[in-house]
Amino acid sequence: MVAQPAKKQRFNALALFRNALSYHQNWEQQWRSPEPLEAYDVVIIGGGGHGLATAYYLAKEHGITNIAVLEKGWIGGGNTGRNTTIVRSNYLWDESAAMYEHAMKLWEGLTQELNYNVMFSQRGVLNLAHNLTDVRDTQRRVNANRLNGIDSIYLDAAGVKKVVPGIDLRGGGRYPVMGASYQPRGGTARHDAVAWGYARKCDEMGVHIIQNCKVTGFDIEGGVVKGVQTTKGRIGAKKVGMVPAGHSSVLASMAGFRLPVESHPLQALVSEPIKPTIDTVVMSNAVHAYISQSDKGELVIGAGVDQYISYGQRGSQHLAEETLVAICELFPQYKRMKMLRQWGGIVDVCPDASPILTSTPVDGMYLNCGWGTGGFKATPGSGHAFAAHIAKGEPTELTAPFALSRFETGFLIDEHGAAAVAH
Amino acid sequence: MLLIRCPYCEQERPEVEFSFAHQAHKPRPEAAGEPLDDHNWARWVYYQKNIKGVAHERWNHAAGCRKFFNAARDTVSSEIVATYKSGETPPVPESRIEGEDLSFDYENAEGGA
Repeated sequence: MVAQPAKKQRFNALALFRNALSYHQNWEQQWRSPEPLEAYDVVIIGGGGHGLATAYYLAKEHGITNIAVLEKGWIGGGNTGRNTTIVRSNYLWDESAAMYEHAMKLWEGLTQELNYNVMFSQRGVLNLAHNLTDVRDTQRRVNANRLNGIDSIYLDAAGVKKVVPGIDLRGGGRYPVMGASYQPRGGTARHDAVAWGYARKCDEMGVHIIQNCKVTGFDIEGGVVKGVQTTKGRIGAKKVGMVPAGHSSVLASMAGFRLPVESHPLQALVSEPIKPTIDTVVMSNAVHAYISQSDKGELVIGAGVDQYISYGQRGSQHLAEETLVAICELFPQYKRMKMLRQWGGIVDVCPDASPILTSTPVDGMYLNCGWGTGGFKATPGSGHAFAAHIAKGEPTELTAPFALSRFETGFLIDEHGAAAVAH
Repeated sequence: MLLIRCPYCEQERPEVEFSFAHQAHKPRPEAAGEPLDDHNWARWVYYQKNIKGVAHERWNHAAGCRKFFNAARDTVSSEIVATYKSGETPPVPESRIEGEDLSFDYENAEGGA
């Protein structure tokens, strides 16, 4: 027995009108919550954006639909719903530029492809430079981006002011703005809609989405994975794709291997909603601050990571304070605003701030983790590339550089400069 | 912000005075009696236990006495169970890594001691 597909209604203006007549009481279920079958061809662990995207592209591009996505909480409840929604691809090295630009190209057609409005808004992203070293590093990154066909532009201070009129170029004397990299195709997307859109399409193609199902162990015989133990019983699997954010070392240790990641809390906060004041995304690597405005009008502000390892999903107050100090220096008009909500998520950071997409010491088990502070922007690309890796059972051109072996060969992909959050 | 007791200063001080210095009690490969090859070197440099539960960590009192010391800290609640001087025996054991019982011995997957 395999999972059954279920055709969905299309979302369009006519459907909206028709459902308005019945007071929006008759919209169909977005995805079902089936009980797990005895076994699947592929079991994906982690129902965040990356995991659901992996399942979606496995079904769509590789014809594998007998898939279960296991989520320990609920869809959109983990880091997918906790990030600051920024999408860009201006990474320094060829390997990461290829991965993130691959994602960017998928983002550009995602709403149409999923028939789900992910509110992808290409409002542009600036990464500020505050001193001469920043300026040189930024120019180098912009030039590297352009060689890789990414729309990166270097702006001097006057150019920054033109794009972001609200900014104080003196940065209150503490954070002077000397220039910035600017990616016009970058922007934001509605984060949980991405998970919901993928979940809905997965369900349509017959993928089982199993929520509240925590993995407690693996059945491994002779170095080959046979299934996973979960809080809903044993589930057999020919292949297992692990896409955990925040708990990758815990999962890996269940399977008997170790990872070079450290789990840190990363936090974000939003203000009270105000009228439109900033129509782009401004990030400052050096001062751990990034800001954009949501469609609701809230300023969405991201802070840095706590220095210590933590699995508690909350950040420290003093980090949020540091970030807000920097935001107030750069945007003095926000000084009297109130912050409404603050939250944290656990990010698994690799020593080189690049992710791990790899086969593992266990046959049939694949791992996609370690996206650190910037996984959201890669969601479609990561899922697309990882699906190809799982389907073929071997690294693809995109995933090969991100193998675990890079920590032994020394072929690290050092993206601390482009990660935009100091680790 | 954490309040951390420096075992050298014998004072509880705010976290901003300290820097986190990763996993404690991690001997170099040759000290652990292993050959110093790429594999073991990568394990020593890059691999962390990354424990969920009570972990032994190194901290540096960077804006104080500047000495390194060790702490046993719960990585879920952030409670600091104990701090102790470098070279001392940990007063509390580390949590076992979740699911370790189920693991098999793949090329001695353990990290440092």
